[in-house]
Amino acid sequence: MGKPAKSYVSTTNACKLCKPLGACLAFKGIEGAVPYLHGSQGCATYMRRYIISHFREPMDIASSSLGEKHAIYGGGPNLKLGLKNVITKYDCRLVGIATTCLTETIGDDTPMYLNEFRREFKDLLDSHDSPELVSVSTPSYSGTHMEGFHEALRAVVDQISRSGPRHSRITIMPGFVSPADTRYLKEIIGDFGMSATIFPDISTSLDGVAAVVYEKLASGGVPLSEIREMGASPASLEFGRTLDKAHTAAGLLENDYHIPCYSLGTPVGLRETDRFFETLSSLSHSPIPEKHEMERGRLIDAYVDAHKYSFGVRAVVYGEEDLVVGLTSFLAEIGVKVVLCASGGESGRLKEAVGSVTTDLLSEPPIVVEGVDFHEIAEIAERLHPDILIGNSKGYHLARRWGVPFVRVGFPIHDRFGGQRILHLGYRGAQSLLDGIVNAVIETRQEASDIGYTYY
Amino acid sequence: MSATVFDERRNQIHRKGDTPFDLACDKDSLAGAVSQRACVFCGSRVVLYPIADALHLVHGPIGCAAYTWDIRGALSSGPELHRLSFSTDLRERDIIFGGEDKLYRALIELIDRHAPQAAFVYSTCIVGIIGDDLEGVSRRVEKEKGIPVIPVQSEGFKGNKRAGYHAACRAMFRLTGSGGTSAISAKSINILGDFNLAGELWIIRRYYERMGIEVVANVTGDGRVADLQRAHGAALNVVQCSGSTMDLAKMMQAEYGTPFLRVSYFGVEDMAESLYTVARFFEDLDPEIVSRTRELVKEELESLYPELEKYRSALAGKKAAIYVGGAFKAFSLIKAFRLVGMDVVLVGSQTGTKEDYQELYEITDRGTVIVDDTNPLELSSFLQDRHVDVFVGGVKERPIAYKLGVGFCDHNHERKTVLAGFQGMLNFAKEVHSSVMSPVWRFVPRHTTNSTPGSEEPASVPERLTAAGGA
Ligand code: SF4
Ligand code: SF4
Repeated sequence: MGKPAKSYVSTTNACKLCKPLGACLAFKGIEGAVPYLHGSQGCATYMRRYIISHFREPMDIASSSLGEKHAIYGGGPNLKLGLKNVITKYDCRLVGIATTCLTETIGDDTPMYLNEFRREFKDLLDSHDSPELVSVSTPSYSGTHMEGFHEALRAVVDQISRSGPRHSRITIMPGFVSPADTRYLKEIIGDFGMSATIFPDISTSLDGVAAVVYEKLASGGVPLSEIREMGASPASLEFGRTLDKAHTAAGLLENDYHIPCYSLGTPVGLRETDRFFETLSSLSHSPIPEKHEMERGRLIDAYVDAHKYSFGVRAVVYGEEDLVVGLTSFLAEIGVKVVLCASGGESGRLKEAVGSVTTDLLSEPPIVVEGVDFHEIAEIAERLHPDILIGNSKGYHLARRWGVPFVRVGFPIHDRFGGQRILHLGYRGAQSLLDGIVNAVIETRQEASDIGYTYY
Repeated sequence: MSATVFDERRNQIHRKGDTPFDLACDKDSLAGAVSQRACVFCGSRVVLYPIADALHLVHGPIGCAAYTWDIRGALSSGPELHRLSFSTDLRERDIIFGGEDKLYRALIELIDRHAPQAAFVYSTCIVGIIGDDLEGVSRRVEKEKGIPVIPVQSEGFKGNKRAGYHAACRAMFRLTGSGGTSAISAKSINILGDFNLAGELWIIRRYYERMGIEVVANVTGDGRVADLQRAHGAALNVVQCSGSTMDLAKMMQAEYGTPFLRVSYFGVEDMAESLYTVARFFEDLDPEIVSRTRELVKEELESLYPELEKYRSALAGKKAAIYVGGAFKAFSLIKAFRLVGMDVVLVGSQTGTKEDYQELYEITDRGTVIVDDTNPLELSSFLQDRHVDVFVGGVKERPIAYKLGVGFCDHNHERKTVLAGFQGMLNFAKEVHSSVMSPVWRFVPRHTTNSTPGSEEPASVPERLTAAGGA
């Protein structure tokens, strides 16, 4: 039952985005970084528009703006010209260069061009405080935006981090989570009395404050000094049960610098969050701070208050694989019957990961499908008579067609306000997801009723 | 502002009154400059997008299709095939072995599933590189399925958005000439260059119908394949919007002798003038038409002006900036702002031509900055330097304005409000008003002290705010 009844050649309404978009988002979580696409102009502009519509924040992505002759003779000269311009105008600390389908297909050797650039433009680099140039290969024909995201982080660590005397700052790679999630993680770390680098950190760079003067480069993001020192961190925590350490930053730190890597599930819901807090507790040798124990207690209390509303509600969950795993774990805890877990990603691990967080809770495992688009999701889901749809904005048309409530989570949120502030992680995130889901269920019942009860 | 302008771009920016006007344009975007432009494919895609009963298949990797899914607010009165995003989603093996087979099978599959009236096949950058024979595959499918299958040569890197418009026009041109035209009236037009955002085309179409004119094809808002196929039967092409569909009008003129007129439906003046221009064209056939049109315009204005006056009194003297895709829209916007008493201090476009900019130069006031293919750094410095109250642009420009505490009006293809026609002018004023007059600007730590929109008193920024903002 792993695949739809029939597999299609074409893709209709993709449930994934392209690889460089993920890389740009990852770079955006580094202080003073400018994401840069080595490709033609269109890709950068499209991704900017897509990202801006979610975060409602400026999102500059530079581009080599390759034209026809570059596509034939190679994009090196334009890459260098573009880098020169970016460095001159943005005064950045890092340029994160992601390749695109075009430059991968014409066989541009980006790392080689960068080495040439470092030689040819030494004076320019010196006079601008030697910004780092990091490159990552992100042809979209292999992998989705999530692979691009993780590959970019790995490339940064690979090209910048160094070993050194051990310090006490742990590294947390939470995956692609919201600015609100990132802020909350920082709060938790602080409450444990620990220090941590949350990598990447888009909490301010993609959810900034009203400005007096326009910041060419949004403030916020992980300082380069912390990235350099990641090679001497006491531990790294990486969220995501479908990740393969061979392709992640934490995996690289473990392999090259022998930094112990704690691979955790994305902490959505009670039990995955418990695992996260227990890990922090053991790393910090301190108990879970009372504030968070209280939040946990309130969450369980709310689970109880909510249990009859949520029990047996048939849910379809889709989106990035690790988010799907986390959400499904949470939904299973509150008695929601997840009937379908779907993703455009193709890690090959989704089914196992969903199983590992739900087997003891669900009497019947959900159907789990990878590499599907919304056409296929609809086709499978319609046989399963869902009561609720949970995922990013792009599934709205299905909820509308089926007349079921729709709870928006993840990225992108293009048809609602405040996508950057949605909290998914931890006890607090579970609380807010719970409120949202229960209210969606109640609202549907209330609207469907002829009577219009005012107590539910 | 000089620190923010790239040397290579100096001649693409002009401040009226400084020096003789000679703006460079139509250049490739400068590498690394974060152009607000899109690509050839984007140009084709936006023009053809509203043809609602055609299949639009993007041949390429997933991104190009994913980012253009349901991207325009173009409404259809019937089928909505255009709102789906179809892609061949090319993978590594297709890149190595070629994507033709996948394209063929995808087309067959989707045509069987959706029974479209025609199919457009868009090529993207890598298709241009791997060299798939789109013509060949299209011909084969066309023969097998009996519907027109038309390749759109829109490899992203082969120029800018305007090249994409051209490719779209060539594709549409291939449809014309095949449908029956015997029932078409002598007083008939095609509406070119309106995309029926928020239902605008329907409003315009109703004006023409009230004038007694038959509309044959909408190009492309609420567009249909069969209408395009009969489009050569219309007596006149009425073309709005500088770049996008002008090429089609020219091709039709060359092939079928169909004359064309340029119009604009934005702003009261241009809207009325457009209807009069078309009326005059048909005056020989229908001597009454001009007076009927005058009647129509009068009726519309009588209800519009009193309403508009409310906004005008509040907005007079405020400053506006305009940055839009095509320059032609900018002309109308300048006039529209004048009508509500506002000054335009910055105007620019992504893809204006030499003639466009000359015309802009002529209709703007001294001191106005005119700019081609700008970028966020420049825009932000213009907005700050010129103390702009409201900025008209698209989604990518919005956060720049908002960050700086500047009002914003979305005039791009994603908007959901009618801005064309007489009613549109009122909506436009309403929208500008709702942004400019909002009380929120009072709380924004904007460093310009001499124009704080929305506050009556000569604004001064409280020290506390300036300090907190770290000015
Ligand atoms: S070419 Fe590749 S990188 Fe560019 S938008 Fe398309 S899928 Fe994304
Ligand atoms: S790959 Fe080419 S066609 Fe596709 S979005 Fe990028 S520039 Fe445009």
